[in-house]
Amino acid sequence: MPYRYTVASRVYTFEDLKTLLSRATPLRSGDALAGLAAAGFEERIAAQLALADVPLKVFLQEALIPYEDDDVTRLIIDEHQSTAFAPISHFTVGQFRDWLLSEQADTPTLQTLAPGLTPEMVAAVSKLMRNQDLIAVAQKCEVVSRFRNTIGLTGHLSTRLQPNHPTDDPKGVAASIIDGLLYGSGDAVIGINPASDSPAAVSKLLHMIDDLREKYQIPTQSCVLCHLSTTLQLIPDNPVDLVFQSIGGSEKTNQSFGVSLNMIAEAHEAALALQRGTVGQQVMYFETGQGSSLSANAHHGVDQQTLEARAYAVARKFNPFLVNTVVGFIGPEYLYDGKQIIRAGLEDHFCGKLLGLPMGADICYTNHAEADQDDMDNLLTLLGVAGCNFIMGIPGADDIMLNYQSTSFHDALYLRKVLGKRPAPEFEQWLIEQGILDKNGQKLPLKSNHQLLL
Amino acid sequence: MKKHTHSTSVEPDPWHSLKAYTDARIALGHTGTAIPLKEVLQFKLAFAHAKDAVYSHLEMDKLQQELSRFPLPQYLLHSRAMSRSVYLQRPDWGRQLDEASTQQIQNSTETEADVAIILADGLSATAINQHASPVLQRLIPALQKANYRIAPLSIVEQARVAIGDEIAHLLKAKMSVVLIGERPGLTSPYSMGAYLTYAPEPGTTDERRNCISNIRPEGLPYEMAVQKIVYLIQESLRLQLSGVALKDNAGHPLINDR
Repeated sequence: MPYRYTVASRVYTFEDLKTLLSRATPLRSGDALAGLAAAGFEERIAAQLALADVPLKVFLQEALIPYEDDDVTRLIIDEHQSTAFAPISHFTVGQFRDWLLSEQADTPTLQTLAPGLTPEMVAAVSKLMRNQDLIAVAQKCEVVSRFRNTIGLTGHLSTRLQPNHPTDDPKGVAASIIDGLLYGSGDAVIGINPASDSPAAVSKLLHMIDDLREKYQIPTQSCVLCHLSTTLQLIPDNPVDLVFQSIGGSEKTNQSFGVSLNMIAEAHEAALALQRGTVGQQVMYFETGQGSSLSANAHHGVDQQTLEARAYAVARKFNPFLVNTVVGFIGPEYLYDGKQIIRAGLEDHFCGKLLGLPMGADICYTNHAEADQDDMDNLLTLLGVAGCNFIMGIPGADDIMLNYQSTSFHDALYLRKVLGKRPAPEFEQWLIEQGILDKNGQKLPLKSNHQLLL
Repeated sequence: MKKHTHSTSVEPDPWHSLKAYTDARIALGHTGTAIPLKEVLQFKLAFAHAKDAVYSHLEMDKLQQELSRFPLPQYLLHSRAMSRSVYLQRPDWGRQLDEASTQQIQNSTETEADVAIILADGLSATAINQHASPVLQRLIPALQKANYRIAPLSIVEQARVAIGDEIAHLLKAKMSVVLIGERPGLTSPYSMGAYLTYAPEPGTTDERRNCISNIRPEGLPYEMAVQKIVYLIQESLRLQLSGVALKDNAGHPLINDR
């Protein structure tokens, strides 16, 4: 069904819902590359004006990617809970935006609403929101997840300790882990991106982190971010805490990652059976990022931000412990500069949280994007205010294996300090016992005979 | 009243010895929650090198002169991406020749060749300025010795790997070798890659390519890089393929790419 909006005497026509959404999206290079962006400033706002009048119910009737062709669409439609949706079913997208910002939409209300929302509704409303709206609403969404500790409580900020090494050298990886732990990092997960996906290499790293965690009784979880099929193969005989996988917002995108919903379900079951969690059994760790579908030629004419929100439907199905939007990793052909990366980071965090996911962000950029560490400071601070569950902790913010820049252990300390945030409670207790932080979160001076250094 | 002076506030980390195990930026020390200025500036310097590399230009005169020692015609070409900013946002245009370049090759009357060598700026023209000539000085004589027919040399600006497909196809070459500047990292802003493709033509996809990366004296040195390239050219022309299949069949001790 076409959508129309008239500005002065000029009539803008948008042939269907996905076209309307793509034209209404704040400008980014990936949508321009796909030929989906609005042709001008006026067309973009005309699309936003038209989108504001679209009833939310329409998103349950008009699929962006046909139900028959795509298992992510089927997942979204089949899992939708109409009772949760009922209280807002009479809203248009514009009315939904105004309501989200009102006092009525408090934390418990938003938590109850989450299963009634589809990714497309959430993406649509985000396109009508300013950055401060995305922050204000996300801050009201508390999403808590549990495995060996508790992540996402209001007032807490966790980190994934990312100790990558170009050749997976266990000593090199261990050196970065020790550095991170002594800076109070690693409560979300100690997670390594392996240079090699071979089961033997991954197994070696899994055992190395697990031994370290056992030896010092660290209340956290580990993950080697290899392909899900490799993890599945390793599960029976290896200490697998969390199962990792990159996912996208269409069946074809997931195919390009070498996974299907059935494969993810199988790995989820296998990890649950290990019963390794102590305070909870949320065992999945997903990563996403705008642009992955276009990059895999699997976007179906849908804009990259809407596709990103659809990936969260895949994540939501498997009750994840962590969902991480790797926001600036993909490069300037999808998010050109600091402004676009910052906007995308806030959108992703907002959409994920509203859908009920434990969202964190890899606040990052590559050297060919128009961005630098100052842009990361901005996004870091904004996401901290928005209540982001976790960020990355990388030595000096410089990943020497993946060759990009993210956030450092120091950055996490900065954010906790200026916003008065604390690590996950169980991990904070351990840091205090280790003499790394004091009860106020202040970093303590350490001696060369600290037990982690022996 | 007693005068008070502040002391230097940087606290070093007592685990410097761990730096022996990794090049990661560990044991940086801190002042408050911040990274000490000395380390911040080291990071910014490395980043500046990487940014300069992204915006560097091919030194055309120098390259032309260095290449003129080989008895081969030269083509100076340009992609459809007219500027760096366009190049960064339109990878598709960086994979296509502009009209003038296409005509330049089409108007020539090239005979068939075995190998077309293409120099492309990619994301670090400096890498090509530094490493292309030393590699060609070793590569071209080795190919001539093995009696391979070499197509004219091409130098392309604002180019991505796949532009070599169109060029080699127009030059009627059985395979292409694209030397290109890789995406700069903080530790390696001037690293060169070599991409080999059998039967290149527009629309060729990446799984049909073999890649040798990190070519630079501190990474994969010139001699070793050229040995690998020559080996892959031989095998590719012999087996009439390139890409994943070629890697799997290569039992050569030199071929240990990840």
